[in-house]
Amino acid sequence: MTIFWIATIGTSLMAFLLKYSGHSVPERWLTHPKIQKVNALIPIALLSALVAVQSFSEKSQLMIDQRLVGLCAAITALLLKAPFPVVVLSAAVSSAAVYNWF
Amino acid sequence: MSVSITVGAYGVAFGAAAVANGFTVLQSCLLSLLTFSGASQFAVIGVIGAGGSALSGIATASLLGVRNALYGVIMAPRLKVKGLKRVIAAQVTIDESTGVALGQEPHGVDAMRKGFWYTGFGVFVFWNLFTLAGALGAQAMGDIRAFGLDSAVPAAFLGLVWPRLTGNFERALAVGCAIFAIAMTPILPAGLPIIATAFIAIAVGLKR
Repeated sequence: MTIFWIATIGTSLMAFLLKYSGHSVPERWLTHPKIQKVNALIPIALLSALVAVQSFSEKSQLMIDQRLVGLCAAITALLLKAPFPVVVLSAAVSSAAVYNWF
Repeated sequence: MSVSITVGAYGVAFGAAAVANGFTVLQSCLLSLLTFSGASQFAVIGVIGAGGSALSGIATASLLGVRNALYGVIMAPRLKVKGLKRVIAAQVTIDESTGVALGQEPHGVDAMRKGFWYTGFGVFVFWNLFTLAGALGAQAMGDIRAFGLDSAVPAAFLGLVWPRLTGNFERALAVGCAIFAIAMTPILPAGLPIIATAFIAIAVGLKR
């Protein structure tokens, strides 16, 4: 079994177990304010780390390439309050332009 | 309607990104059918694509999936379902279905249930159809960098995190975690720099 299959099946199993457990455990277990606070912060940390790693590295090497231009375009789009499709498209188009022309 | 278009765009981006990161079309579609949680799906393909182990991919995705458990806690007393119906309710317990249901709270519990089920099923259908479209599209592309797909993935993550940056504390945490992950990338095995930031979040969350 490849790493891709293990990841696909493992992620799916864990995702369902988490969803189902929420429907099944007593409410007071998960409504503690500290848990709510930590739960709001975890996605911010992980997603920001993913943005950075996906923009500036390849395998374990740091590098700056056309993705920097894409990231800047995405930030600009978000600052202008563009909807999600526009954000992704502006990143893709600007990065592809740099990659194809330079 | 606007929810559907946004979900469709995310779905295309996910399908394309999954294939770009080495997953097959079948695996991409299975992730959307079975995992059915956007941020978790993007996380697992991102970590594996960056050379991380299966375990670090699954762990990162699962940490992002914890919030679905909390949504289940909110929805369970309102839905009051058992057996197979509870299994189905759990599977469609996501940001959108819970969000719409909570928005219906002033209109009573029946409106909440309706909002939850309609949104859950609607998003499920759109998400999976568009994942397939995106995966097939990326498969036909060849060099994904020529189409900017390598930049579409971080842009998608950025789009997911942006609405959560509601104050200076959240923004500082985001920037700090980004810098930490980059600094650790040449040192730690791939995937670990990302998971480690979850522990930063837990530490500052408990302290605050």
